[in-house]
Amino acid sequence: MIILGGGPAGYVAAIRSAQLGMSTALVEKDKLGGVCVNIGCIPTKALLHSAYLATVIRDSKEFGVEAGTVKTDYGIAMQRSRKVSDQNSKGVEFLMKKNKVTVVKGTGILQPGRKVKVGSDVYEAKKAVLIATGSRVKGLPQIGLEINKTTVISSDEALFLEKAPASLAIIGAGAVGMEFANIFHAFGTKVTLIEALPRILPLEDADASEALSRSYKKRGIEVIPGAKVKKGAPAKDKVTLEVEAGGATQKLEVAAVLMAAGRPVNTENIGLAECGVQVTERGFIKVDQNLQTTAPGYYAIGDVAGPPMLAHKGMREGVYVTELLAGKKPHAIKYDNVPSVTYSHPEVASIGATEDQCKERKLDYVTGRFPFSANGRARGTGETEGFVKILRDKRYGEILGAHIVGAQASELIHELVVARENEYTVEEVELAIHAHPTMSEAVAQAALDSLGRVVDL
Amino acid sequence: MATNVYMEALSPTMEEGRVVKWHKREGDAVKTGETLAEVETDKAVMDLIARADGVLRQVTAAEGQTVPVGKVVAVILGPGDTSVPAPASAPPAPPAPPAPPPRPAVAATTGSGERGAVPSAPVQADATRVKASPLARRIAKEAGVDLKLVTGTGPGGRVTKRDLETAGRGERGAASPAGAPAVVQRSEPLPAPRSPEAAGAGAAYDDVPLTQIRKTIAKRLVTSLGPIPHFFLTTEVDMERAAEARDALNKQLGDQGKVSYNDVIVKATALALVKHRACNAWFMDDHIRYWNEVHIGMAVAVEDGLITPVIRNADRKSLAEIGREARELAEKARIRRLQPNEYTGSTFSVSNLGMFEIDQFTAVINPPEAGILAIGSIVPKPAVVNDQLTSRRRMRITMSCDHRVIDGATGAAFLKTLKQMLENPLVMLL
Repeated sequence: MIILGGGPAGYVAAIRSAQLGMSTALVEKDKLGGVCVNIGCIPTKALLHSAYLATVIRDSKEFGVEAGTVKTDYGIAMQRSRKVSDQNSKGVEFLMKKNKVTVVKGTGILQPGRKVKVGSDVYEAKKAVLIATGSRVKGLPQIGLEINKTTVISSDEALFLEKAPASLAIIGAGAVGMEFANIFHAFGTKVTLIEALPRILPLEDADASEALSRSYKKRGIEVIPGAKVKKGAPAKDKVTLEVEAGGATQKLEVAAVLMAAGRPVNTENIGLAECGVQVTERGFIKVDQNLQTTAPGYYAIGDVAGPPMLAHKGMREGVYVTELLAGKKPHAIKYDNVPSVTYSHPEVASIGATEDQCKERKLDYVTGRFPFSANGRARGTGETEGFVKILRDKRYGEILGAHIVGAQASELIHELVVARENEYTVEEVELAIHAHPTMSEAVAQAALDSLGRVVDL
Repeated sequence: MATNVYMEALSPTMEEGRVVKWHKREGDAVKTGETLAEVETDKAVMDLIARADGVLRQVTAAEGQTVPVGKVVAVILGPGDTSVPAPASAPPAPPAPPAPPPRPAVAATTGSGERGAVPSAPVQADATRVKASPLARRIAKEAGVDLKLVTGTGPGGRVTKRDLETAGRGERGAASPAGAPAVVQRSEPLPAPRSPEAAGAGAAYDDVPLTQIRKTIAKRLVTSLGPIPHFFLTTEVDMERAAEARDALNKQLGDQGKVSYNDVIVKATALALVKHRACNAWFMDDHIRYWNEVHIGMAVAVEDGLITPVIRNADRKSLAEIGREARELAEKARIRRLQPNEYTGSTFSVSNLGMFEIDQFTAVINPPEAGILAIGSIVPKPAVVNDQLTSRRRMRITMSCDHRVIDGATGAAFLKTLKQMLENPLVMLL
């Protein structure tokens, strides 16, 4: 097995492939772990924790802990996040060794006959070639916002800044935009968050968007949804943006712009066409149910294989394909049961359908809701923002969707992910005894609420 | 002493069986001769009988699971017995089936091992439990679906919501749900897929695993229409007098029974075969077996396919007897309770689609038989009788012949006799 790309999809596939006894090579041109480990999921979580501490310590006086004037230094936080990334990348390297995966450093190009060319060497796979080349950041050159790495930056650069900019406009309020808005705001940057769609976090439930919008605004982050950036004019140390929203056009002058709207996939110059691997209209690699591309023996996993572009989805695809190729019967991937998490403060985590989707699909549903303001544990920690919302099928109690806003939402959601994966209904969730006092009780209470039997409200 | 419970060969052609329902559960006391489980064979649902006294343990075949013949599905522990018998690879000789005549065409296909469509569930402590997700249980309960009859595709053969939807779609379409025999009780149709996000909803096709009976039909029919050189003879029969005779007989019988056209046709066919032994034969590869007895196979449509119960010695039975027997056999076929001796050994077959208003069709020979009749519907048609144009009830018969046994003239002669008998039932008395 040859795997092209050492990101989360690729390295997990490599490990599973080796576990299943296949001779495995992983081709990576940069650091192992890909975007996720090096310039994505992992370092941002480190920075978000720095941001969290800054906020907590600023507000600690009422908890009886006084820390004096709080000073923040993005450079130090950044250095720490680099260490975390490096540790993780080394961890992947170690796992490759442990599992006897051959790591080939260099840029791999696909060739017909299940071959991959790296430099002057050509490797041939007996079983299959897995394409896991991932995605990358992009600018918007058509409106003057080509990424110049100084005033117009992407997450790639933001993660290496020595110092937080004085002001920052973030274009795109998906998970990436939301998280950076959170980070930089905590480090003293004046942040403006611009979203083209009518609400921030457009893929999440409208209630979650609303809660985050309120929380951000309260903190002093400017949020402009339904906005069109008509033009951007980068200068030496500032960028002027022309933003149209609500029928009016305003000029915005910021020290830097962070582009966080969409990630194109890496399908160019890797020999796809030469091998007969076709792409879809949207640019993803065309795959069948088994994730096989239009060229037999070539499979695609992770971001290149299509949305949702999430590390954990790619990881599972890697496991799925390798098990399939090893002749096993892997558990089918339920693409409607891939959790989505935004690690902002408060966090947003969800699974399944939003309420709007339930309406669009004309599902007969009942909403259960429980706010953390009524949860004892949340009161204790002072993290009462947010709620648990469960959408259940009216007739059978199936959990159609669940949405959590709040501290630890990223951890709390998994109870409902497990429930959905195993087809537990709200009743099974509610019947399981939840420890008291915990944030998780809010999940059980939301389930109860959907049954009309909420206790703590 | 501990005794292994094997999946037994409950029919002569059975290679694997599907556990429909366990009558005894893990830990139940069982006595020799008691029914342990119902098993769907390639032809019918039959009982798996306890062959020892003791306590049922280590049930490894879940309800709905398909198990090859000879595999251990449970163990019966005797009093004070704690040990488990060594896993034997071969079962004790299966009980001799009730002497069915050999069926070479099928015997050639045995020994293909395990290829169940159902993923074999891992061995678990108690497979008498039905594995289903809580959501599937709730949906099944409300829709009145018996979960035991649904093939589970979840982990370890667990029934999921999707499996119910697949089964539901199959039910509405032409094909039956996976392995759902006629015993499925449904108080209302399965709900339409409620969540469009569910995988499989709106798929361009449904894959329905072959049920045991469908597998057998498939196997047997390719050994027929493929290798057997079929030819077809069609004739139209005037049924006016047969109809009159039948009406008169029914009046005579009163509540003591009823004679159908099919009974008349079976009887006439049997009598015509007595006169034309050349058509009452089996092709046995290196020889032809001409039968001295006439056993008529009667194709019966069941929910999931078809089966041909046999009316033995039909030439020697009265119309009333044939009528009673035909009805009993058809009913047993429909509830899948036919015993092997009731559907094997026919020497010639009759397939009747008259009730479906089919005018004429050709039937596929049931090997090793050499011929089969395809009976069309009886319809009033203009006919010239005694130079007068009148309306007569007419019926088309098409005979499929195996040319290796029956030649054109031989078949035609038989059909002519049959036609005479039907057109003038008194000829049957000759």
